[in-house]
Amino acid sequence: MMTHTTSDGLLANGIVKHFGSVSVLKNVDFSMKTDEAVGIVGPNGAGKTTLLSALAGAFSLDEGSIFLNNQEVTDKSASERCSLGVVRTHQIPKPFGGMTVFENVLVASSYGVDSTKESAYQFALDAIQLSGMEHVANRQADSLGLLDRKRLELARALATQPKFLLLDEIAGGLTEAESIQLVDTIKELRRRGIGILWIEHIVHVLLQVAERLICMDSGEIIADGDPKTVLSDPQVVKAYLGGGVE
Amino acid sequence: MSQWAKNVSIQRWTPSSRRAVMVAGVVLLVLALAPLFASNGMLDRLTALFIYVILAAMWNALAGYGGLISVGQQAFFGLGAYFTIRLANVGLDPFISVGLSAVIVGVISYPISLIMLRLKGGEFAIGMWVIASILHLMVNLDGLIQGETGISLVSLNHYDSGSRLTIIYLLTLGSMAGLLTLLFFVLRSKTGSAIQAIRDDEEAATSIGVKPEKTKRLLFVIAAFGIGAAGALWLTSATTFLPKTYFSVQWSAYMIFMVLVGGIGKFEGAILGAIIFFLVETWFSSTGVWYLVSLGAIAIAFSLFLPKGIWGELERRFNWRFLPVGYRVEDPKKEKQ
Repeated sequence: MMTHTTSDGLLANGIVKHFGSVSVLKNVDFSMKTDEAVGIVGPNGAGKTTLLSALAGAFSLDEGSIFLNNQEVTDKSASERCSLGVVRTHQIPKPFGGMTVFENVLVASSYGVDSTKESAYQFALDAIQLSGMEHVANRQADSLGLLDRKRLELARALATQPKFLLLDEIAGGLTEAESIQLVDTIKELRRRGIGILWIEHIVHVLLQVAERLICMDSGEIIADGDPKTVLSDPQVVKAYLGGGVE
Repeated sequence: MSQWAKNVSIQRWTPSSRRAVMVAGVVLLVLALAPLFASNGMLDRLTALFIYVILAAMWNALAGYGGLISVGQQAFFGLGAYFTIRLANVGLDPFISVGLSAVIVGVISYPISLIMLRLKGGEFAIGMWVIASILHLMVNLDGLIQGETGISLVSLNHYDSGSRLTIIYLLTLGSMAGLLTLLFFVLRSKTGSAIQAIRDDEEAATSIGVKPEKTKRLLFVIAAFGIGAAGALWLTSATTFLPKTYFSVQWSAYMIFMVLVGGIGKFEGAILGAIIFFLVETWFSSTGVWYLVSLGAIAIAFSLFLPKGIWGELERRFNWRFLPVGYRVEDPKKEKQ
């Protein structure tokens, strides 16, 4: 496991989070650069979503600090971190059900990035196109199916013009064909230079994008590096892949 | 930018909404001329209708757009009337007192919001009722008010009966038009989109850059200001300030009824609901307790069987959007939705 102080990119130093008496993150160190695509795997309850939420500023930490491009953001709220370029999607999509798809995405492009009215429109339309939602732009979000809800999560995040995009099981529940579309979209984001941190259980989908893999278990990072090496790590096999391999 | 994004345009107004605004303008003009031809009785009733419209629009903005369901908005209705009495008592013209009183209520609502907006859902709703009760008791402590005995806005006697009625009518009409315009443009602005996003999912809204506290506070203060104005205007019409009446939860019940029946979260729905409530009150209030029972039963029936209210249903069936606060993407190549 790597230990970091500060550097360019997104990094966490020794972060600790408890929910009641349960330690969900135990002194976790993490770092990624803007041009990286990092995957996170691990069993349920490993702390993956909590790490992502901590990086996005969804709650305050019990210990540790978080830096974005050498600026400490530990005490900054989720909305402030979004303005600085860190945005997340949610494992269970959270559409603004009473608003249309375009209105959902427009909120993001109006508030998540410094924009004029016209540029907010452009960012929103571009994000909708990139996410493949042109055909439902005027549809009420609460009438969308799962795939479109996931796409909406992505579109809203993209409309904020992020530097780091934190994806939480965005391929979960999708068919093979839908996953392929999603991977194509995420590869396009990579080409645009957006850093991707992606939690995913569907490993073969994740590996089409991730060039570095992290495995978590019981609130700790147990392996971090090249995907092939991580997936063959005995600790990872034991904790995540379900083998009793030595 | 992508090709599709270049081809489409964003529409805010539709031909029907432009026509609706023109009709609304004509209606307002006719209403403004009503003192020239309408009886005093009619002016008095229309004044009540305008106040109901203000109350419904404000509660709808708070609950329907902002998701802040409150059963304590009578707090601001009562304070609006109370400060009008207080200001008139120090020698201010009663009609100037009305405007100033609404501003004071808006200012007072700010520190209240600091506490109350920490509460969510049912806690906020009931908490606001508690705030209303506390403010009612505090107002009763003012010697000028003489407890529940109350006091009259005697400075209205400086105006003769005819001109007083006309001023009250026009002031209420102007206030209604001004407050509806204010609400309309706030809800159409990017703040309005943020308000709705927070209503639907505060955590998700925060994650894309919205600052919920600031946004909700603005809405809370605007609603308090509007309802304070309504309370002050009601006092000029009813003349006597009885704390028990003005701080009664019945005002919140009326607001809820109007919005539920007209269409929660629909700008036009609140106005329609106020008109329906006004007609029901005009025709059936003489039936006493059965009138109140019927109001409750109708509200429950709408919640169960027509949760989007009459306007919501009309909008769904006929795609009516006369006063749209949202956005529509117009694709000249393809419009299949």
